[in-house]
Amino acid sequence: MTALGMPVVPPRGSGNLRGVKKFPDAARQELSNPQLRRNIGKATHTIRAKRLNVTGELPDWEQLRDAGAAIKADVLNRLPELLIRLEEAVTARGGVVHWAADAAEANAIVTELIRRTGSDEVLKVKSMATQEIGLNEHLEAQGIAAYETDLAELIVQLGHDKPSHILVPAIHRNRAEIREIFLREMPGVDPELDDNPRHLAAAARKFLRHKFMTVPVAVSGANFGIAETGTLAVVESEGNGRMCLTLPQTLITVMGIEKLLPTFRDLEVFLQLLPRSSTGERMNPYTSMWTGVTPGDGPQEFHLVLLDNGRTAALADEIGREALHCIRCSACLNVCPVYERTGGHAYGSTYPGPIGAVLSPQLAGMDQPDDPNSSLPFASSLCGACYDACPVKIDIPSLLVELRHQKVEHARFGPEAAAMKAASLAMSSSRRWTAAQKAAGLGRVLAGKKGKITSLPGPLAGWTDARDMPAPPKRTFRQWWASDEGRAALAEAREEGQQR
Amino acid sequence: MSSRDAILGRIRSAQTLAPPVPVEVSRDYRLGRTLPDAERRELLVDRLVDYKAHVHTSTSEDLPVVLARILTDRGVRRVGIPEGLEPSWSAQFGGAVVVDSTDRPAADLGELDGVVTASAVTCAETGTIFLDGSPGQGRRALTLVPDLHVCVVAMSDVEVGVPETLARLVPDRPITMISGPSATSDIELERVEGVHGPRTLEVVIVG
Ligand code: SF4
Repeated sequence: MTALGMPVVPPRGSGNLRGVKKFPDAARQELSNPQLRRNIGKATHTIRAKRLNVTGELPDWEQLRDAGAAIKADVLNRLPELLIRLEEAVTARGGVVHWAADAAEANAIVTELIRRTGSDEVLKVKSMATQEIGLNEHLEAQGIAAYETDLAELIVQLGHDKPSHILVPAIHRNRAEIREIFLREMPGVDPELDDNPRHLAAAARKFLRHKFMTVPVAVSGANFGIAETGTLAVVESEGNGRMCLTLPQTLITVMGIEKLLPTFRDLEVFLQLLPRSSTGERMNPYTSMWTGVTPGDGPQEFHLVLLDNGRTAALADEIGREALHCIRCSACLNVCPVYERTGGHAYGSTYPGPIGAVLSPQLAGMDQPDDPNSSLPFASSLCGACYDACPVKIDIPSLLVELRHQKVEHARFGPEAAAMKAASLAMSSSRRWTAAQKAAGLGRVLAGKKGKITSLPGPLAGWTDARDMPAPPKRTFRQWWASDEGRAALAEAREEGQQR
Repeated sequence: MSSRDAILGRIRSAQTLAPPVPVEVSRDYRLGRTLPDAERRELLVDRLVDYKAHVHTSTSEDLPVVLARILTDRGVRRVGIPEGLEPSWSAQFGGAVVVDSTDRPAADLGELDGVVTASAVTCAETGTIFLDGSPGQGRRALTLVPDLHVCVVAMSDVEVGVPETLARLVPDRPITMISGPSATSDIELERVEGVHGPRTLEVVIVG
């Protein structure tokens, strides 16, 4: 609130939340990399199959999804109260809570905390929040070396590269490339190292073991923060998380304010939803939970940095708010036909894929005509697969359509015609892509229905003609989508899709 | 204005601009499941094996012998145990038994060939063992740094599903959940065990 008590729209976030190029341009570049496409294709198909297996195993999967969605909505409804509760609980257990309004403030807080330990090195657990704020780059500029300890993140870091997938960040690299990166960049590596994944992992283990035993401070993210008890949870598989969360004297955790859960009990829902959606496992190999400081066990100094960076701006918007339910499982990426062909880099932001196309514009805005984020809502076929896959039932297709709508409503930008056309051509040239379009049928709703809805851009038609969209209809797209008329059109389109 | 006040103010502004719609959280997923011992054990073994853990069963009388055999078969000469581990468990082992203490530097734990611990509670459906630092389980570093972890699971501490398991935990203890050994699939999605944590997990189910 301002001094007069009038609500103002909270400021957008900063950091690694937009690329330098619009999606179609960036995608065209990625599409020309067959290696990347092969790797991503293999990975997404493998995980997809495993996920269907283990979610199908639970007869109450849909009830768990509903509970997950409801708990997340409840968290955002009660955010101030729950954050204060979390702060009290962490403090009572000997932790220190810091609040960071944006990326710059979070970076400054973490830097200062590391400096106070006297170390010029820090260990890192893979975390999207710290990637979002550009922590590693900031620390480097401050003369502090940050070591990524997740194998994939280490590969990305040593390769002077960017992660291409939330879950398997080095998915765009094959074993030969990884070997070369290690030989070139890893101090003390055996020059005889071959490209057997087992041997590559062993080389990384040796390199990092030494760091775990000598560096006194670590930075992590958090999958969940429990308001009731002050408990933080990190879900992982390699054990590097356990190492960072246990061995250093000081632990600093950066957590987005939306990562809260009200009670410890709520973990019973999310510890079923997350691993099964994410890696297709019944449970991930390791999960660590800690509450403040435990004498004689683990870090004796604990700092929690609560990060806004555009989250409150997203919260001020009905659409953005739903995107904040995301638990970063990456299921929506793995089922997305667009992501499968372009990979994560094309999205520019820390958050790629379907949810990234919603989150990035919400967190960082898309209000300038030349903003690369303004192309993201169009980076989708609206096939609906992401919605079906999402463990917390985020209706990503509807959110994307709403954002397209908002974009056209807010500013009549210059044409993206040429660029969009290029990308749509590239994508439609694939038989798989065409098949996905037909099978889904959903996209046809937008392009095919006479009257009001023809005014909204269709899945690919919109790319060539985004600015011809006339004044918005009275109802939002989501209202229409949920109406009898919308349902009828949807059914019609599905049928049509099946007949083709 | 502090950032704390700024952020809390922004959230309240956001809630004025887009007012929350109250929700009801219904917990109509499966809760309070039970299964007879034999079925719970079978489910757990199936899941543990799936996770590449090595599974043994034992009576409580035979446990010291079973543990000694596992350690010997693995070529262990120095085994670490937490303070508070039932003393008889390590009595049959012929090698050196090192009782961990909190003032031992973590790097020294690397000199242990393996570690034997008890566990707090276990979820059969997911094959997940929970450690919470109670006596017999030790601090977190003890089960992390050595390359072999031999973990004893009592059938009376095995629950069917995740909700039943979590209900038995004390939240403010440091909790480590273990499902199989450390693993990565980061290189071309090929599974490799033991990147950082123990390369080998041996589970002894008792009772
Ligand atoms: S939007 Fe849903 S499916 Fe996608 S990463 Fe987030 S939680 Fe997972």
